[in-house]
Amino acid sequence: MALKDITLGQFFPGTTILHRLDPRAKLLLLVFYIVALFSCKNLAGYALAFLTLMAAILISKVGFKAVFRGLKAVYIIVIFTAVLNLLYTPGEGKPLVSFWIVNIYWEGIRTAFFMVLRIMLLISCTFLLTYTTSPIRLTDALESLLGPLKKLHVPVHELAMIMSIALRFIPLLIEETDKIMSAQKARGADFESGNLVQKAKALIPLLVPLFVSAFRRADELATAMECRCYHGGEGRTRMLQLKYAGRDYIAMFLGLCLCAAVFTLNLLGVF
Amino acid sequence: MEPIIETQKLSHIYSAGTPFQHAALVDVDFCAYPGEYLGIIGHTGSGKSTLIQHLNGLLKPTSGRVLVEGKDIWESKEATRRARFQVGLVFQYPEYQLFEETVYKDIAFGPKNMGLDEGEIDRRVREAAQFVGLKDETLEASPFELSGGQKRRVAIAGVIAMEPAVLILDEPTAGLDPVGVERILGNIRDYHKAKNATIIIVSHSMEEMARTADRLVVIDEGRIPFEGAPGEVFSHVDQLEGMGLGVPRMTRVLHLLREKGIDINDSAYTVEQAKTAVLAALQKGGNV
Repeated sequence: MALKDITLGQFFPGTTILHRLDPRAKLLLLVFYIVALFSCKNLAGYALAFLTLMAAILISKVGFKAVFRGLKAVYIIVIFTAVLNLLYTPGEGKPLVSFWIVNIYWEGIRTAFFMVLRIMLLISCTFLLTYTTSPIRLTDALESLLGPLKKLHVPVHELAMIMSIALRFIPLLIEETDKIMSAQKARGADFESGNLVQKAKALIPLLVPLFVSAFRRADELATAMECRCYHGGEGRTRMLQLKYAGRDYIAMFLGLCLCAAVFTLNLLGVF
Repeated sequence: MEPIIETQKLSHIYSAGTPFQHAALVDVDFCAYPGEYLGIIGHTGSGKSTLIQHLNGLLKPTSGRVLVEGKDIWESKEATRRARFQVGLVFQYPEYQLFEETVYKDIAFGPKNMGLDEGEIDRRVREAAQFVGLKDETLEASPFELSGGQKRRVAIAGVIAMEPAVLILDEPTAGLDPVGVERILGNIRDYHKAKNATIIIVSHSMEEMARTADRLVVIDEGRIPFEGAPGEVFSHVDQLEGMGLGVPRMTRVLHLLREKGIDINDSAYTVEQAKTAVLAALQKGGNV
């Protein structure tokens, strides 16, 4: 079942250090990592970023398989990027391959390779964050980090609530889709064969019940929240108070170190 | 008698290779015979829903075989598709699968997918609607205007209209009031009698199963610990309770009497049978 492969927003419970880190620290770490990744200019930098992620995956114990499964969803973007970079990067010297209007330079191969690596690492590290952090903690962290924006009348709490509900509903809707698909298949519906028009038509028995149930769920949830006197973020206290611990400072320091290391490697200009 | 549907050493593992890996079925040998009214009972998460989704080829076994009328349903694409129509499956809360503009069109969805001609589709839709007690004017209504119980009956009619030789229903009475429960069970019995079809009902309600099924199959942690006639199955009171399943109230009362040292047959599960058992015990003991 292809649907089960979509793991966005799925959380693998665990007790490793990566699970226990403060979610704000993890979000900042992700930011540092992305900064480092996007400033990489040479192989040494990418190698460092790659090894860091591999180490993090090992520590988190979610398994390489789960992280790489997340990459399946973006393979088209990856291939697209690779081809475009391969063909359109101008280079000095003689092209390696040259026919018709296609000129492939050594620089093109290099850029394509680095871009693919960059996208894959970017996606994997984001997946690692959602795998090791429950959606509720993640939105708590977001709300806390964006807190200063409240002064500018940005509805931070509401945005965080919308996000946490959306994240919570993704796996639910996927499950629901799976269920309705099975039910219609049991009535002989065929989602796989036929041309594009037939395939689109075949989706009606799936989409109508799915929308109906999404609206029903939203309605029920709104009623349930109102019954419990939810009225927005004002004066709301929380059950889980976020508190930085020593390990969070160490983690953030390591994140900064990674950035510094990449900058240094850029300056040294290895490969 | 040859079983109409059979599984051989059927195993299914969910999410293999992730931290969620979970064996839902382990080497299950299950069979149902033509014309039988079979009950599958098990606690939530016991694997009963996984089992029935194998019976019409919605799930592919991790290992083992599923045979319908002696033929492996995974032999070819056509065999799988044939199994879908031979074995009708009504899911839990089937009212959430309705999608057409009218009840008629929704019931006709299955027969249409079978490639039948207009006349045959019309006959089947009307017959199926009759089985579940839907009036003719309801056929032209939108399924979203109906009450919960009516929606459920429309959804069941949608599967009945395919006239499957085996009709499987997953908790068909969940969330209905007692009158609704009786109506649905009556509809299913009518179909059973009229078409001599095999009925497989999944439930965790022992009372309901005791009343309706000829034979019971118990599922626990992906295995079948025991099966047999209701009286036979209910004699395993302690094991059933260990699995988080109850026994019918009558069986429970008689079992408690037996534990108190009274010589009484505790395999009864209806009020009538219990009365006979109590009278027999009174006659035997004389001074109970």
